Amino acid sequence: MRHIIAVLLENESGALARVVGLFAQRGYNIDSLTVAATEDPTLSRLTLVTRGDDQVIEQITKQLHKLIEVVKLVDLSDNAHIERELMMVKVKASGDQREEVKRCADIFRAQIIDVSPTTYTIQVVGTSDKLEAFIQALCNTQILEVVRTGVSGISRGERSLAL
Amino acid sequence: MSQQNQPEMLSGGAMLVRALHDEGVEYVYGYPGGAVLHIYDALFQQNDVKHVLVRHEQAATHMADAYARASGKAGVVLVTSGPGATNAVTGIATAYMDSIPMVVICGQVMSHLIGDDAFQETDMMGISRPIVKHNMSVRNPAEIPMMVKKAFYIAQSGRPGPVVLDIPKDMTIPSQKFPYDYPKDIKLRSYNPNAKGHPGQIKKALQTLLAAKKPVLYSGGGVILGRASDELTELARRLNLPVTNTLMGLGAYPASDPQFIGMLGMHGSFEANQVMHNADVIFAVGARFDDRVTNATKKFCPNATIIHIDIDPASISKTINAHIPIVGLVKPVLQEMLSQLDKLQGKAEGKLDQVALANWWNQINQWREVHGGRYQQRAELLMPQAVIEAVHRHTKGDAYVTSDVGQHQMFAAQYYKFDKPNRWINSGGLGTMGFGLPAAMGVKLHYPDAEVVCVTGEGSIQMNIQELSTCKQYGLGVKIINLNNGYLGMVKQWQDMNYDSRYSSSYMDSLPDFVKLAEAYGHVGIRVTTPEELEPALERAFALKDRLVFLDIHIDPKEHVYPMQVPGGAMNEMFLSKTERT
Repeated sequence: MRHIIAVLLENESGALARVVGLFAQRGYNIDSLTVAATEDPTLSRLTLVTRGDDQVIEQITKQLHKLIEVVKLVDLSDNAHIERELMMVKVKASGDQREEVKRCADIFRAQIIDVSPTTYTIQVVGTSDKLEAFIQALCNTQILEVVRTGVSGISRGERSLAL
Repeated sequence: MSQQNQPEMLSGGAMLVRALHDEGVEYVYGYPGGAVLHIYDALFQQNDVKHVLVRHEQAATHMADAYARASGKAGVVLVTSGPGATNAVTGIATAYMDSIPMVVICGQVMSHLIGDDAFQETDMMGISRPIVKHNMSVRNPAEIPMMVKKAFYIAQSGRPGPVVLDIPKDMTIPSQKFPYDYPKDIKLRSYNPNAKGHPGQIKKALQTLLAAKKPVLYSGGGVILGRASDELTELARRLNLPVTNTLMGLGAYPASDPQFIGMLGMHGSFEANQVMHNADVIFAVGARFDDRVTNATKKFCPNATIIHIDIDPASISKTINAHIPIVGLVKPVLQEMLSQLDKLQGKAEGKLDQVALANWWNQINQWREVHGGRYQQRAELLMPQAVIEAVHRHTKGDAYVTSDVGQHQMFAAQYYKFDKPNRWINSGGLGTMGFGLPAAMGVKLHYPDAEVVCVTGEGSIQMNIQELSTCKQYGLGVKIINLNNGYLGMVKQWQDMNYDSRYSSSYMDSLPDFVKLAEAYGHVGIRVTTPEELEPALERAFALKDRLVFLDIHIDPKEHVYPMQVPGGAMNEMFLSKTERT
């Protein structure tokens, strides 16, 4: 099962290495990982996408809790939540291709953020599934480069991960 | 402001030493080198914190570790950067695996050189990360007192463990002084280690135990670390529970008590493993269902309801699912159980099922007869078990016993009947050969009047034999029981059982003359080769109160440790001797 774990972490050097090291050391998967400081500069927020059965996920959350610099964490998958990921795709776009790629981008509510005579760079925001679907939709187009941020997540409603 | 109220100005090095003193540290074990010279100079200029110079940094960590195991307080290590720090790694990992509080201060190259592959530079923060409870690097000398406080707080609270403090050389420059103030306490928003246990869960656990027909109490190192032996013993007696201890938990419940059924697990007693397998309620206290205890987890204790108390939530349901988990320090949880039990006194729901328990004890006593710790006596050869029993007699069962790793460790665990906690000091989790001698030294230094015995073998002892020199320098009169069979015994045993006795690299040729070696280091050496020589040798050794005596005892090289669980089997599947299995 895929789980999205959000972690508030002391914004100190080495703290991120501890989180990543824990996953490597104990053989847990990381599908994606995003991290940045929050509105409180002493805290970083990290969103981690991982996979495992209930027992593995329970161990992951418990082991993360044990790290001294982990302040709080929540498994967003336990409750209603929103997840977003940003992707930039650079594609070959010349001749008839240019129109077709643009139409496809419009359908996905993606934006063309850079243009050259032979290429488009398209930005797509959405769930990981939507991003996958967009790549599938571009199957007749030559993809030059893909870069994804990894998932960020937040709970719906009044529930929040804060101090 | 008056002159008196102004804080004293100290260098980083002096602050570090003063902070250790303010933390109550008496001894630091270490080895000097370039990156810690300022700190060593600060040590030289005071008399409160004493330094013990080992011969290899690994020994410093084991000394600190064993001090912590015996006293409950964090041991302190001081090593230089690079090789000094990497030599400490095995000792840090040893402490980590057994949850031992320890503060390891590592020198580091000057801040501006970090990352340049400078002389004796190594990324100790990176190297130690997976084997510490926490590590920290000093960035500003003014923060040293706070960081020392934090290091001790983290090391000693909750589930204890080693903390590494990495100090670049420029943080300790003698001419740069800062106001010194040692914090009284410290609070961390991200770390709250003092769980008392959920009263509702505790109640449920107690009800389950009261209703049990075949209960067992399985306790581990957490009871020793949590100083909860008295509570554990009282509860076990009031609930009439058979008690088994893990290798790390020996001594938490008196071994001479009739309710004690021995150690459990791979080399546990027949009765302890049978009781576990057949139990209807397993009451696990400060134990972690380690693979050397459970054998195959899929076949583990099929009929048991499992109650599990542990301070570390990650230990609960990690390998074996707990039906009644209780997250908390064992001492307050057991106290709460006792007080709930008091309230049930005289009430129907406070009564034990006496008939079922009588049947259970009857069954247990039958199991006791099956193996009962028997071993074969062979003519002309000393048996290792007999040596341990003799050592127990000569020390009246009251010695601190340290061990290395292998057959001798299991014989000591099985045959030295520990009646008190903190007396059995061994590397359980990591299984570190070379632990025993430095561990004995760490204990002897703090308890000079106590009898300290290191049970070892000719393989393990040679991994830190250089410390015989440290023993001479500090007058550490430990007694070394070298169970010498010429083989790496446990490796040989596995080769006998699984590899048709092909002794691949388990026979050690060209052993030194240990008697002469001990004498060369300024100690007393005694060789024992026949059963008749044992008693007089032990008598002589223990009469030499202040001397280190190295007893090189030649034992039966063919002996195996039994019982031994059948690999991949259930808890109660065991080999009982070379020819019998369950």
